[in-house]
Amino acid sequence: MELTYTDEEQAFRLQVRQWLVGNLPETPLKSFDTQEGFEQHRQWEKTLASGNWGMVTWPKEYGGRGCNLIEWLIFEEEYYRAGAPLRVNQNGIFLLGPTLMEYGTDEQKQRFISAMASGDEIWAQGWSEPGAGSDMAAIRSKATRDGDEYVINGQKIWSTRAVFADWVFCMFRTDPDSKRHHGLSFVFVPLDAEGVTVRPIDQLNGLPGFAEIFFDNVRVPVSNRLGEEGDGWSIAMSTAGFERGLMLRSPARFQQAAKNLMGLYRAKRNDILDLSIEDAVVRCYMDAEAYALSTYQTASRLMSGGQIGAESSCNKIFWSELDIKIHDTAMRLLGARGELEPDSEDASAELGSWLDGFLFAQSGPIYAGTNEVQRNIIAERMLGMPRK
Amino acid sequence: MNFTYSEDQLTYRDTVAALLAGEVTAESIRTRWESAQGIDANLTQQLSDMGLNAMLVPESCGGLGLSELDFILLAQECGRVAMPEPLVENAMVATAMLSDIAGSGLVAANQCQDVLEKIATGNVSVACGHWINPYINMADTNQWLLLPHGEEVHLVGSQAVDLIAQRSSDPSRRIFKVNWQPSSRTKIADGQLGTDLWRSALNRGALGVAAQLIGLAENILQRAVIFTTDREQFGRPVGANQAVKHLLADCAVSLEFAKPVIARAAYAVATAPTRADWAVSHAKVAASQAALLSVRHGMQVHGAMGYTWECDLQIWMKRCWAIDKTWGDAGFHKNRIHEWLLNPNALMGAEHTFGKSMSLNDETILEQGAV
Repeated sequence: MELTYTDEEQAFRLQVRQWLVGNLPETPLKSFDTQEGFEQHRQWEKTLASGNWGMVTWPKEYGGRGCNLIEWLIFEEEYYRAGAPLRVNQNGIFLLGPTLMEYGTDEQKQRFISAMASGDEIWAQGWSEPGAGSDMAAIRSKATRDGDEYVINGQKIWSTRAVFADWVFCMFRTDPDSKRHHGLSFVFVPLDAEGVTVRPIDQLNGLPGFAEIFFDNVRVPVSNRLGEEGDGWSIAMSTAGFERGLMLRSPARFQQAAKNLMGLYRAKRNDILDLSIEDAVVRCYMDAEAYALSTYQTASRLMSGGQIGAESSCNKIFWSELDIKIHDTAMRLLGARGELEPDSEDASAELGSWLDGFLFAQSGPIYAGTNEVQRNIIAERMLGMPRK
Repeated sequence: MNFTYSEDQLTYRDTVAALLAGEVTAESIRTRWESAQGIDANLTQQLSDMGLNAMLVPESCGGLGLSELDFILLAQECGRVAMPEPLVENAMVATAMLSDIAGSGLVAANQCQDVLEKIATGNVSVACGHWINPYINMADTNQWLLLPHGEEVHLVGSQAVDLIAQRSSDPSRRIFKVNWQPSSRTKIADGQLGTDLWRSALNRGALGVAAQLIGLAENILQRAVIFTTDREQFGRPVGANQAVKHLLADCAVSLEFAKPVIARAAYAVATAPTRADWAVSHAKVAASQAALLSVRHGMQVHGAMGYTWECDLQIWMKRCWAIDKTWGDAGFHKNRIHEWLLNPNALMGAEHTFGKSMSLNDETILEQGAV
């Protein structure tokens, strides 16, 4: 165990910090759930890609830097420290990218990865359906083979970023007689294809953060399928999935929020009568650190050939509850002014983006598999409790 | 940066775990409860033969010259079997303090070296008192006691103290109030060094408790899983119910995020024990939280069985409840963290997770020219 950064790691940190200082947008970008903000964020992805900072863990041939997981953590720490924009293409770069590299054909990698890294193509995810939420194996939307094409019919829902995105990766039933997790395939669909209708769904903050997608005889080439026909489920659930679980929410995000919370606490603590506030801030800071330590430990283990299994379900529960705790504490510190939208006449700098973060934090225990489903996974796969 | 235990550390842990699994069973613990001193002399000898007492004794005194980081996984295993013998406090706290003094230029260095050599050969054991703990566990099994008087450190022979036995709710613990008179002959350190020694002792003690709590809690969780898998109601295992699963899953999450915190604290203590306050307090709070949750939920899923003297679960639960409050309770440790958070010089932010990292501000970087 060596819990200090090497000179090379420190040099890398400096390099990231220097690049960010020189390239960050001068004014904060608008929300990527608006048309204007989406294009601003796309532009930012292009800027990142121009410095090869889009996805540092990717191989150089795909615009990455071949960084290891510790360097990735350092990059993320600097990224959140600098207050850099959120990643509009996170469905692509964090979720689809690694899977494409593992299961894609050479042609698919050529076709999709660079365009993803450069921000030219922004991705949405299309897994959930009205009747298939936590129970994803209940998917009913169909992709029927017709020569070299699939003809797609059905409906997806809760597709994040789909309102403005260019592509969606989906799970469709390619074998009409199949049941549950058999006979599903992983297919890419351009959102401007004929027969695709995207209907925005406003989220809690009033912006169209996700969408319903209707497929009416949409034709895509068979070459848009990732992996073999019928292997969709195993690809989605593969080991790579667990690593993606590690990368989706890096600890720096929460450590930065906890640090901001301390700033707010120092400013407001004398106005607060609630005796439990001290305990709450201490807990927030500790838990953000614990999440970082756990991630560093997992990263070290993976780098020395280890595996990550059902404990990634622990991650999901921990960070989503931490995010709520941090923002809940911030709202308690802000008191009755916490409800102010930032464009209110009386809004002050102190309000920061706490309200926005508070609303977003509420979704954490729900998306990417509800925490209740994660608890089932932990109980059955990690602890070995009986299924029935 | 490498956050993994070494092969040696993991192998040694497995060896010790195998020994303990055989020697420290619920049944043998209950046998200890009936005995006068509450310890198993054979086991004490075996642990000594394996060099466990001497792990933190310097090589120059015949020990293994290892660190708290090498010992921490063993402390966790001692907790896992709810071992009553006070190995962790003696070997990780008292011995380490003696080693600190032996390595100093103090007059008492020679005396401490002498005691350490005897610890290494298994002839002597030393316990460590502390102002934060009202009692010393198994104080009567030692030849020497390290005792505080203000910031002074005293090394006092067992014949020179009056031990008043108290009765703990955990029958595995034999706790004593110590009455004694400090004198210039027993004093081995004072002043700033004394303050630093007691600070290090507190950090080592709290770290040792944190590690044991993890082991205790993991055992409770395992027992709970086995019980709820075997026990059937309504024609199926009670553990098949989500309400039961989720209670235990929450314990697993809490444990999963306490373990790396303890590893970091062990590393901090091994590197700079007087500057490990924040890391240790975090470890103690996280481990306590995980352990108390496991006790609560572990007992709940045992149903009425869990509330009986007969059920072995009590051995682990009572240890958690008792040691959770030693070496600083949750309030003490949360307050240390809170003080640190309010310190204007505290280095906060992700880049400082592992201590002071690069502190260049953005202006300096701009002056250097952005690349």
